[in-house]
Amino acid sequence: MRSRDDTQPWKGGYQPYDLVKEACIAVGVIALLAIVLSILFSSPDDKPSTIAQWSRTLPVNFLTAAATELDGTSGTAGYGPPYNHNSKGVHAVFLYPQKWLGVSHPIDTARDFVLDPLKTVPNDPTLQGAIAQYESAPAATQKAWGEAYAKPLEETAAAEEEEKPLPKTVSLDPATDTVTVQAPGAGPVGTLMTGLLSLAKSGGLDGALLTSDQFFQTDYTKPLLFMADGGLLEKRAEEQHLLGEQWGMMNETGSYPGQAWLWLYSLWYQVEPFKSSENADIWVLLLMSVLSLAFIAIPLLPGIRSIPRKIPIYKLIWREHYRESSPRSSA
Amino acid sequence: MLSTAVVVAMGAIVNLNHPAHTVDWSFIHMSVANVVVIGLMLVVFVLAILLPFPGAARRRGGGGS
Amino acid sequence: MSSAPPKTRPGSWTVRVREAGVAALPPEKLLPDGQPTYVASWIYVFGVASIASLVVIVASGSILALKGPAWWHYTGVGHFFNSIHMWAVELFFFVMVVHLWGKYWMAAWRGGRARVWMTGAVTFLVAVPTALTGYVSQQNFDAQWIATQAKDGLNSVGVGAFFNVTNFGQMYSYHVLLLPMAVIGLVTAHVLLVRRHGVVPPFELEER
Repeated sequence: MRSRDDTQPWKGGYQPYDLVKEACIAVGVIALLAIVLSILFSSPDDKPSTIAQWSRTLPVNFLTAAATELDGTSGTAGYGPPYNHNSKGVHAVFLYPQKWLGVSHPIDTARDFVLDPLKTVPNDPTLQGAIAQYESAPAATQKAWGEAYAKPLEETAAAEEEEKPLPKTVSLDPATDTVTVQAPGAGPVGTLMTGLLSLAKSGGLDGALLTSDQFFQTDYTKPLLFMADGGLLEKRAEEQHLLGEQWGMMNETGSYPGQAWLWLYSLWYQVEPFKSSENADIWVLLLMSVLSLAFIAIPLLPGIRSIPRKIPIYKLIWREHYRESSPRSSA
Repeated sequence: MLSTAVVVAMGAIVNLNHPAHTVDWSFIHMSVANVVVIGLMLVVFVLAILLPFPGAARRRGGGGS
Repeated sequence: MSSAPPKTRPGSWTVRVREAGVAALPPEKLLPDGQPTYVASWIYVFGVASIASLVVIVASGSILALKGPAWWHYTGVGHFFNSIHMWAVELFFFVMVVHLWGKYWMAAWRGGRARVWMTGAVTFLVAVPTALTGYVSQQNFDAQWIATQAKDGLNSVGVGAFFNVTNFGQMYSYHVLLLPMAVIGLVTAHVLLVRRHGVVPPFELEER
């Protein structure tokens, strides 16, 4: 018996079918479901963080991040492309696409996050003098000042993380809300940082970072990268189970369902060798790209395309057809 | 966390605005909401295959092209 | 005075496109009112359910687009439409994946239907960044976190050089126009291919 050619139109039985009515019913049912779910559960809308909030609630953390932006040791400063050339970025063997695609969104953290915003502060000759002193110093001196200022802050951050007693070199006065950093040898950096903290608390830094290039702006890269170098976003994310090691990519704030379809993408980050690799991002994406191409190409893949025949779930799906068309059932 | 007044204003009968509970198994840590969604998908898939589809008599009567 | 229609010219592009279209999909094939009797399972509703979800997504998204991206944060009605949009997206991925599972176990690519499978698979893969651009356009904490995290993955493969998830304006444009157009285009191709090739027939039981 010749097997049927499935490229040809079906020659067996047909039944009446109202395609347009079915589509309308489907739209009605789905719309109703979406409305009922919306009435029952609504949707999340956690307010965004601002640099002003960050600097007010976590001033020491803000200063720690700001110091690293000035001395070029922050995450953004050392990121590499597309922000700067200070690193080659991640790679997979000989593949360096991050480097190859170049610096398309240049950011000089010392200038863009610290010095240029500070220059907008009016009527503060001490601050403007400190800026001039910093800018006219040789690079080696700037580096030494920056490291001297950052040292007590980094020691405090490390002590906090290890839950040890905090060094006395950094203190926060809750009455006046001022931070004092004892950093001998920091030159004008102390004045710059105090000025930046003050600008941040007033909301001026949020504005300065956003509108630095032009009045109308929809690109939030600078304020977002600055905040991401600090601890506030991460703190909120951890509370909401959004961190990478919490499978956060799949999650939504609150107890809402998130992006369940990212399960496989999230999974690789939890297992070796990706878990401890510095280049996890590119390796996981390359792996997912290969798997995605395989997913598209399933009809062409021997073995994978034969599984539905071997595991006959189809016999359940088409059981009525098989029953009706078996020789015993013909009238 | 949002206050009850805000939740009522947003129209939610069930307040989901609190940090998620998680399902933890081996290295898997998934939010309850996502586990529910994935579980429901599997249940719906099985039901879709097993539940009888109406109109069998009509299809028998209409047999033959 | 003759009112007869002009003679058709075979070299006309319009005539060629029309005749190719009608040959591939004559009206009774494009909008049939009958289907094979083997289409008799609830699994078959998940394709149209996917389309229905997409309709609700676009409709609710259009309301949100009409009022601009900030509206839903400060009005109850706006928040409600945002909720409908969010739940419609959850429903869309839910029914689309169940549809995908069904089509896999039916080996629905048989009989010259490989392009049907492939357009469907690409639709799913394009829907993922469509959702991502939506998440980073929310202008709330979730958007801030997702953008600052997703940038690392995208930068690692060089995509971040021209697709900047922290650039709200760019992401909103992709989300509201470019990617929905891509999804709708792919779904249209997918459905027209199904109409062209017909719903895949059952496996023959005699073949082992």
